This record gives sequence, C-alpha cells and structure tokens, in this order.
Amino acid sequence: MDFVPHTEQDREEMLAALGLESVEELFRDIPAPLRAESWDLPQPKSELEVIGHLEDLAGLNAHQLTCFLGGGFYDHFIPAAVDAILSRGEFYTAYTPYQAEMSQGTLQSIFEYQTAICRLTGLDAANASLYDGGTALYEAAMMAVRKTGRKKLIVCNSVSPIYRIILESYTVNLHLDLVEEDLCDPASLEDLMDGDTAGIIVQNPDFFGRVHDYSPHFKMAAEHKALGIISCNPIALAVLKTPAEMGADIAVGEGQPLGLPLSFGGPYLGFMAVTKKLLRTMPGRIVGRAYDQEGRSGYCLTLQTREQHIRREKATSNICSNEALCALAATVYLSLMGKQGLVELAQLNMALAAYARERLTAIEGVELVDQGPWFNEFRLSLPLDARVVASRLIDRGIAAGFPLGRYYPEQGNNLLVAVTEKRSKEQIGYLAEGLEAIL
Amino acid sequence: MKTIYQMSRPGRRGDSIPAHRIDDDYFKQSRLPLELCRSQAAELPEVAEIDVVRHFTNLSRLNFGVDVGPYPLGSCTMKYNPKFTEQAARLPGFAGLHPLLPQLRRGGLLAQGALRVLYECDRLLCEITGMAAFTMQPLAGAHGELTGIMLIAAYHQDKGNQRSIVLVPDSAHGTNPATAAIAGYEVVTVPSKDGVMDPAAFKEMLSEQVAGVMMTNPNTVGLFNPYIAEIAEAAHKADALLYYDGANLNAIMGYAKPADLGFDIVHLNLHKTFATPHGGGGPGAGPVGVVEKLVEYLPISRVAEHKDGTLFLDYDHPKSIGYVAPFYGNFGVVLKAYAYILALGGEGLKRVSEDAVLAANYLRVKLMEHWQVAFDQTCMHEVVFTAQDKVEQYGVSALDVAKALIDEGFHPPTIYFPLVVPEALMIEPTETESKENLDAFVAAMTKLAQACKDDPELLHQAPVTTPVGRLDEVSAARKPILTDPLEP
Repeated sequence: MDFVPHTEQDREEMLAALGLESVEELFRDIPAPLRAESWDLPQPKSELEVIGHLEDLAGLNAHQLTCFLGGGFYDHFIPAAVDAILSRGEFYTAYTPYQAEMSQGTLQSIFEYQTAICRLTGLDAANASLYDGGTALYEAAMMAVRKTGRKKLIVCNSVSPIYRIILESYTVNLHLDLVEEDLCDPASLEDLMDGDTAGIIVQNPDFFGRVHDYSPHFKMAAEHKALGIISCNPIALAVLKTPAEMGADIAVGEGQPLGLPLSFGGPYLGFMAVTKKLLRTMPGRIVGRAYDQEGRSGYCLTLQTREQHIRREKATSNICSNEALCALAATVYLSLMGKQGLVELAQLNMALAAYARERLTAIEGVELVDQGPWFNEFRLSLPLDARVVASRLIDRGIAAGFPLGRYYPEQGNNLLVAVTEKRSKEQIGYLAEGLEAIL
Repeated sequence: MKTIYQMSRPGRRGDSIPAHRIDDDYFKQSRLPLELCRSQAAELPEVAEIDVVRHFTNLSRLNFGVDVGPYPLGSCTMKYNPKFTEQAARLPGFAGLHPLLPQLRRGGLLAQGALRVLYECDRLLCEITGMAAFTMQPLAGAHGELTGIMLIAAYHQDKGNQRSIVLVPDSAHGTNPATAAIAGYEVVTVPSKDGVMDPAAFKEMLSEQVAGVMMTNPNTVGLFNPYIAEIAEAAHKADALLYYDGANLNAIMGYAKPADLGFDIVHLNLHKTFATPHGGGGPGAGPVGVVEKLVEYLPISRVAEHKDGTLFLDYDHPKSIGYVAPFYGNFGVVLKAYAYILALGGEGLKRVSEDAVLAANYLRVKLMEHWQVAFDQTCMHEVVFTAQDKVEQYGVSALDVAKALIDEGFHPPTIYFPLVVPEALMIEPTETESKENLDAFVAAMTKLAQACKDDPELLHQAPVTTPVGRLDEVSAARKPILTDPLEP
C-alpha cells in the first residue's frame, strides 16, 4: 500500500517527457560511492495487516486502569463533537495558513483560540500555540532573559519537576543562573531577588495541587523590573484568580486538559498569553483581524517580523510549526463547555477531590501533607513507600497516583492523587478499599 | 463569518458534565476562599452543541487542505495523509495511555505496546538514515534542530573544545539560523554557487571556532549537493559536526542515507516524509538520529530492550543532554509515521522518492516553456522557478501568481522562500498527485503566463473566488486586533 496514484503508463509518459529511460537517471547527482548499500526494511503491508498489528500493540497497554494519575496531565472527559471537528480533512490536512484567503477556517479558529486564552488568563495577547506546557515555560523564561538582558531565573520548587528538568537542559549552554527554591512564602523570594533577576517562575495550582495567590511575588518582581511568569492549569483558570489579577506578565500552561487525549505524552498544546508590552517579543504564530480592499473582514498571520522565516538568526524563537490542530481541539472544547460549564466542571473536580480526601484520609496511617486549599489534586503521606503501594494497587486495576519520591527523594512515602470528573464515587471507593487492604 | 463569541446567548449550554450524586457538602468544603478566586467568570461562548458543530464545520469549509485539492507548497511536502493512521492513533490503548504510567515501579510493563512503537520506529528510522540511534522526543522539525544543536554543544564540551560558530548556507530554512542563535551560537552564512553550498567558500570559513554545519541535502532549491563528500571530510577534519536538516529526506530514500553522506546528526520531519498530517500548522514531530559517537548524549529517557524482550525506559546515560520535552515526544504523530512506514515497506518508501522526484522534474520540463527555472538542471523532489522576468516585463510578482493560482483551484507554491532566488515559486508536487493533476497544474500555470502578457490586472486582483480578497497585512500589524473584543 503506497498511496501513489500513478500507473506504469503514467510513469512511462512522464519519463518520456524528460527524455529518460529510467527513473534512476534522475538520481545521478548522488555520487555512486555514497549510494545506500543496504535498504533492509520490511515488506509492504496492507492496511488491514498494519491496523491488526497496532491493535495487538495497543492491547499490551494498561490504559483501562482506573486513573488517579495527574501531575499536569489529566484524564478528563472529551465530548464527541471535539473529534468530529478535528476529523475534518479541511482542517487537519492543511498547513500553516500562509495563504490567508484560502485558510480562513484555520485562521479564524486560531483567533477564537487566542481570544479564549486571553479571557481565561485575563492577559492581553496570546499566540497561536507552542508545543506543550514544558517548552512554553522555557519560551517564557527566554522571553524574560531577552527582555531584561539579565541571566538569573528564580523558579519555585513546586513548579512541575517535569518542566524544571527541561528548563535545566535548555539553559545549561546559555550560562543562565537557574535558582530553585520553595517560594510559597513571598518572604523567601525577597532574599533571592536582585538586579540580575530576569524573572520568577511559579505554578498554579502547583505540582502538589495547592492553589496560591502569587500577587506579592509578582509585585516584588515588578519592583525589581523582572518578569513574573506563571504556569497554570487551564480548567482551574475557570475559577482561580487570573494571572492578570495577580500581576503576572506571562502565563503559560499545558492545554491537554482542554479536550486532548493523554496519548502517552503527546501531541499536547502549550498555551501562552502576555501583557501588551510583551506582545512583540512573544514567540510563535499570532493571528490578527484584517480587512480586504472591499472592507470585508478576515484573519491573517501578523507581527511576522518576530519570526524565523523573516528574521532568521534574529528571531524571537526558532519555532515554526506549532500545535494548531490541538489549539482547534481546545477551542471547540471551550466552546462546548462554555462560560457556565467550565466553572461547573472545575467545581465538580474540586468537590470530587474533597470527597476522595475524606475517604482516603479516613484510612489509618493515611494523612494529608498539605492544609489546602487545593484544586483537583493533593498529596497523601502513607505509612509505606508510595512506590510500593502504587505498584500493588495496579494489581487491583487502579493507577492510584504518582509516587513523589521519583522527583522529590525526601517524599518517598508521598503519593500525588488526581481526581477528575471521570472518576465516580464508586471508583474512589475502590481506591480507598484497595489502599486500606494494602496498608 | 461571525465568531463563536458573537453567537453567544446568555444561559445557552453545550456542555455535558457527568452527573455525580455527591453531597453538596463536598462542593462547600472545596470552595476556594474569595481572595484565591477570579472576580468574574471568563467570557467563554454560551452556545449549544449544534452551534459549535455548525460553526466549526462552516469554518472548515473556508479552508483548503490536501483532502480538498493539490497543495504543491514547496519544502512542506503536502502529500496525502492516509486515513488508517488516524484510526491507529485513536485506538483507546494508545490514546488513553497516561505518560506517567511507565515511570511507576515496574511501570514499563504497563506500556509495552507504546514502548514497542517507539523502539521499532527508532530502528526503522536508523535503517532509513544510517544513523545509530534516534530520540523521538523532539516535538517538531525546529525542535529537532534545537536538540541537534544541543547535542553538538554537548559533544564539544565533553571533548573540551571551545567552539562558538555554526555555519549555515544562505539557502537554509529560516529555522536553521534561528535555532543556532537561540542555542547560543554565532551564525555565519556560507554562500551558494550554482544553487548549492560552495565547497571552496565553506572550507575557507572552517576554523577551530566552528562547532557544526547545518545542511539540507537536497537543499531548499531542490538540488543535491554533489560536493557533500568533500564538505563532510573537511568538516570532520576540523572536528566540526555535520547536521542534516531532514526536511527533504523524501527525495533520497533508498538511494542515499544521511550517515553515508557523512552527516553526524539528522532530524526528520515525520509530518513531511512520513505523511502525518500537518494539522493547519502542527502537531508535527522531529525525531533526531545520531551516529555512534554521539549516542551517549541523546536525551533521556531512551527506550531499551531487556534480554527477555521486554522494553523499559532507560535513564542511565550520564552524558545525556537531559530532556527536551516532558515525555516521549509527540507519540500520536510517531505512531502514525510508524504505521505509514510499515504499510509502505522498503519498496514503497523508495518508490515515494522516485515518484516525488519524477513528478518535480516532469513539472520542471513542462513549465519551462513559459516560466524561468531558477537552476536549469535535474532537480530532486522540488523545483524552483522565478517570476523575476514577469516582474520586469509585466509588473506581475510571485505573490500575484500565487494568488491567481488560488482562483485556479490550487494551493500556491512557496513564495517567501528560498531567499537566494528572487520572486521564487517553489513547487513540490509530491508523489501522491496523479499525472492528470500535474497536467492540470501545468495548464493553469500556462494560462497565467499568458495572462501576465494579456491582462496583468487579472493577477493583481486575484484571488476573487475566496471568501476574502487580499488582506491589508500592514495595517493588521500596525494596529493589531488579536482577540474578539468583549461586547460592551
């Protein structure tokens, strides 16, 4: 199966037009000594055979576990209409909308996405998307470095460790000073701030599910002419104090909760919104409203002089493709959930998490690590190594949560439990029973 | 068209939140203190499901994709995207799999199928490129480039080399210089001669300061650089690494492997060569492969195989550059590419390159009668014409030609690029357009060449068949409107 429509006659006619005998003659610029010696690849297969093979592989994955795993990536319900729209070939087989007149569908959907992200964060401008929440945080950090001309980034240690290790990998060659501390108490920030601080980076809800008000942090950042960067969960933004209300300069986050399947880590969606003064230093595509000669309104890529295809080595980022289709999914999802629906969804997540906290902490030896308040995730301390407990609960069909010892060695007995609207009271009950039985 | 926000009616709902019989108490308990809450609900649309479905369906109808018609956008490889790969990515065993599962104790056993996809795809890409190992982590082509440059930096640092320069030919994609610059390198541009990087100029620019060289071969004007062996030899003599931008790998599959050409690092755009859909601008995937001497620097985690055949995530690589993305890459995209490679097999992939190159050359000879080709020689998978003569004779630019092609039912070629050809029309037909469609494209271009002489105004006014005409991009950038204003 090769999806090529040519018949042998088509090929012969095309070769004849070129005055050639065989197609190999077209490859004569490749010097003979450099030609591939082996080409040891499998025989072609039919669609039926490939799908059968992949179904077999899919069957080896434990996706049917009852999922209390979160850590920034959540098992939310996805309405069927999202995939119905994503399956439109006009959307998913198009490319970046360079030719605006024939790409108004993609362009307007991105414009509506930017609008949604701005309304959720309260900030002034959003881009068309970045790869994921982790790389979005890196791009935000680099914006702070470029904008301030400074080298120090102060990162709260309750920012996702999964993101912090990415930041560390990227910044090692750039001679940036990455300072990681517990910043929950704004007083702890005071000592770290100095004239070389480019930005401070916090997360809401933080990696442990706790909800914060970072207003004092961002105020301090502004006083030192550093940027305030916040990574946030977009569903939580339905109810949480917005990045704008706290005084953040840049809000980023992982858009996966907005209608994207977990899909073993991707494709996901990095969102970014900024204040007006940072607009022209923002990376990535941006769509704006524009008018044609007859006064008809439409949409086009705009502020392109920031981008690599124009500015080359002076661009604000090297990003080219983003995650447009994932941004479309998020836009459809947010449109379906709507103004009321998203708030109610957030509240339901919080209520179910409260129920789970009550059920789980009723078990002897199981305690909450934090005082709250929380969104839909929380840490439990267990009397045993959480890795062992989680592993035993897998045998009962439950992914009980994420053992924090992996990233926080001192927290070997702590388990991070996430509860979404997909978890029923009964499932929470099974988790409680299972945990009780093991302990 | 109205925006979804303009369709909003207070109180209208399109959500379907699962019902839970849990006590109101838990809602009360979990309520946040006021100072942690937003002051007003976000003004998201208030619409019914039918409104949403109609709105986005109607938006889709304003779009042009490969499923709608020919899309010869040079350098982007807009080939047909097989439907069965979409089905594969939606299998619940893959789509519903949490990425943290394999990080649990013995968690690898919970994701053997997904790890197998990554492992096998790695091996297949190694055979296709000649590289020793791949990482699937990079999330797009440009992200692969950044990973590649980080690998170059790690290599030199490990060897104690002090290097500050990355060489990039003038015909390179914009992402190449942008990547090297954001990774902290000084970018120096190497001139081209007869359309390809000039080996003499290159050798002169090589020094002990050069960390690496980023090349695309065949390059962005569709030409294979025949001096690649001496370029590679000179680079390696200076201990500079040779980076292969795999955007154009679709031209040489089965004929040459980047490793055999002397390249040390390669990124592949799975959304180009391996037919995963472009999604209106992503998601793509940009796996990176390296030769043996660089394997130890690849990002972690890597998928490895135990003696008993089970797979696991291997973090034990102390010289690794770390993590370029949270997990294992754009898994859903890798999965589609894997399915595509299995369907085509070695035979099919070689045929892809042959048919892509054949189609581009067919267009080259057919169009040469009316259009000026930038380099009059056999091309690879794409061919670049220039409208410079049309500008001078009739005042018709490449942009005008592009817009007029829209009215003829084609997506235009790439025109803003490559920079080395003025008024470029960069055409990549791909292997999946039939000869009838290629002939129809030739007919449309021939008609437009005639129109340049007879009625240049027709081209200036184009497009006229689209929902909007040419938009005033200058005003849009000067006074940007980037969100739908809130109703007063």
